[in-house]
Amino acid sequence: MRPFKRSRGRAGVACVAALVVTASLSLTACGGGGSDDGGGQAAQPASQADIDKAMQTPTKLTFWTWVPNIAKEVALFEKKYPAIDVNVVNAGQGEPQYTKLRTALKAGTGAPDVAQIEFQYIPTFSITKSLVDLRPYGAQALKDKYVDWTWNQVTGSKGEIWAYPQDTGPMGMLYRKDILDKHGIAPPKTWDEFAAAARKLHAADPNVYLTNLAPNQNGVWMGLLWQAGVKPFATTGADSVTVNLNDQTSKKLGTYWGGLVKEGVVSADPDFTDAWYQALNRGKYATWLTAAWGPIFLTGSAKSTSGKWRAAPLPQWDAGKSVSGNWGGSTSAVITGTKNPIAAAKFAEFINSDPESTKMFATEQFLFPPTKSLLADPSFTQQKPPFYGGQTVNQVFSDISSTVDTQFQWPPFLDQVVNDWDETVGKSFADKTDTNAALDQWQERVTTYAKNQGFKVNSQ
Amino acid sequence: MTDVLPAATAAPPQRGARPKGPSHANSGYLFVLPFLLVFLAMLVMPLAYAAYLSLFREQLVGGTVFAGLDNYTRALTDDRLVEGVWRVARFFVLQVPIMLALSLTAALAIDSGLLRFAKVFRLGIFVPYAVPAVVATLMWGYLYGPDFGPFAQLAEKLGLSAPQFLSESHMLGSIANIVTWEFVGYNMIILYAALRAIPHDLYEAAAVDGAGAFRVAWSIKLPALRPALLLCLLFSVIGSFQLFSEPQLLQRLAPNVIDSSYTPNLYAYTLAFTGQEVNYAAAVSFLLGLVIVIASYTVLLAATRRSRA
Repeated sequence: MRPFKRSRGRAGVACVAALVVTASLSLTACGGGGSDDGGGQAAQPASQADIDKAMQTPTKLTFWTWVPNIAKEVALFEKKYPAIDVNVVNAGQGEPQYTKLRTALKAGTGAPDVAQIEFQYIPTFSITKSLVDLRPYGAQALKDKYVDWTWNQVTGSKGEIWAYPQDTGPMGMLYRKDILDKHGIAPPKTWDEFAAAARKLHAADPNVYLTNLAPNQNGVWMGLLWQAGVKPFATTGADSVTVNLNDQTSKKLGTYWGGLVKEGVVSADPDFTDAWYQALNRGKYATWLTAAWGPIFLTGSAKSTSGKWRAAPLPQWDAGKSVSGNWGGSTSAVITGTKNPIAAAKFAEFINSDPESTKMFATEQFLFPPTKSLLADPSFTQQKPPFYGGQTVNQVFSDISSTVDTQFQWPPFLDQVVNDWDETVGKSFADKTDTNAALDQWQERVTTYAKNQGFKVNSQ
Repeated sequence: MTDVLPAATAAPPQRGARPKGPSHANSGYLFVLPFLLVFLAMLVMPLAYAAYLSLFREQLVGGTVFAGLDNYTRALTDDRLVEGVWRVARFFVLQVPIMLALSLTAALAIDSGLLRFAKVFRLGIFVPYAVPAVVATLMWGYLYGPDFGPFAQLAEKLGLSAPQFLSESHMLGSIANIVTWEFVGYNMIILYAALRAIPHDLYEAAAVDGAGAFRVAWSIKLPALRPALLLCLLFSVIGSFQLFSEPQLLQRLAPNVIDSSYTPNLYAYTLAFTGQEVNYAAAVSFLLGLVIVIASYTVLLAATRRSRA
């Protein structure tokens, strides 16, 4: 799934009403004392007998997800476990769903048993004890099925397993072969080559930019930090967090990207807007630094450019190395308060590990798989989509997936981090101001927020 | 003049004239009850609850603690909130006079009876109000588009550079234009209704005195419109300070121009739903409510003082 940027359109419609009323109503909806009993309680492993019994008892589960047509995978589960009836609800894509989920958790009623949670949001929900640790339900046995970095992403600081990976977004570069060929530019393999190519291309054709760095897309920045080996966050204990957003490596990225944007050889248009789609179709950007879900997304969004695109790994900081980061991807997590944790955990496990179900995700919904078996499955990797001139695009991204750094961590308050990025670092791209100063501001704002939230903050 | 009416009706009730007085009163309460219940449940209780919330601080680490007025002191020194309040105040000064002048002109024009297609004209001005604010903003957002919007394309055809409606310096004006477009018709209807309520004999007397259309508008209609204008002005104060949906939707088109504290309402929303700082958001909302009360009262005071002078 492409990471739906905290679409700020959210519940705009409902909020035209008088302020105090709006504010107080919405506060009613999300305030108040929620139950604080967390996932920690289920330390006792469920026995096989318990599991068998639970799977044969007629049960109704609610599953919140925005994956289209997921009923097909759910049907596979219901066929195997006829006693269990899964009710699929689309509660919104990304942020709107999380808002509803938080509201339901606070209210103590109406939360689903299982929900789709993007990787980057797992710490944000585990800190509020909203997720159920899956270890008692046999989650550890599945570790080897998944690519290492995806398993680390769902693992908590005390070894909890918070979710099962569903799809991923290892980052690569999609490029317009025709445009680069026309100007005699080889697909850049290092960031130095990339910068030189950006200057050359824009000088040759002022209407074209080598790439677009969206000032509203924190996900890409995080992915680029991830590739560069930055560890922006670390949870060092229950009440302390490391915030490291402006270290030397971050500033290296700041100088690099801020410089290219200021020079005007890389554009800085907001992404996933009408103007951006149009620019992709029109050939304004010669590359798109994107994730493994990007190829399919582009096929649907830039139809008029079919056959002109190719895929390659991200340019590298060190020639000869190959590392990447991740942007997007989702998991299935069991939500605290479920009355049927066994059935819920087994359901999350089944749809994300059963060979038939995972293959269906990869071939019907085109989710990029996190399982080692599918990433090595020729029927997946050897597809030759005409949009990419018959290139085996899945193979490219499958290779990239194994180069993603395994140690990257997300903060326990992602929304705030993203919001502050938009208003500091992102804004520096849009306004062509000093990105490194903006990185310092970002660090400061996030640190202040974390302290206000009661964290002990370590910065490096 | 108005003082005469109550005196005429306020004849002292005669003893025993209404033997069923108390039960009448009871049935009165019964009629009000449905409203009262909704009012209490939907307005008073949430307000009280928000006030209660604003006195606490809930943290990700450490849970909820009583904070007294800490949230309020933090809000008063919060530059982002203060800046947002000044921005909507500027918006009010910029947008409301233009909107009310347009509404007044339209209402007078329709009322003058000189327009040929008065009904079509009236409906045409009112229709934008029937368009939901969200739809209106999306539509204008498209029109403002620097790449594909019609204005940009027109400018390109003429060889000019595209107007940057969504840039930092023009954004407030662009929002003002949307709000004006939406609400001119609404205010016009209020003013027009007030014009229709003017007794006809005044016009006849004016005609006898030989007053022309403009003289009638100036000396009869405008003074009679004062209460209605004041009402429009108060609505506009509240509307301006609560500006939310337009900037919130345009944020997607210009994410780096409209930040999360562009207007105080947007800020409260972001605090509650992005930062999970529900308690602080409640305090911010209450302070904004206070600002609105003060601004409304100032407007009211200024207007009534002028009318006495």
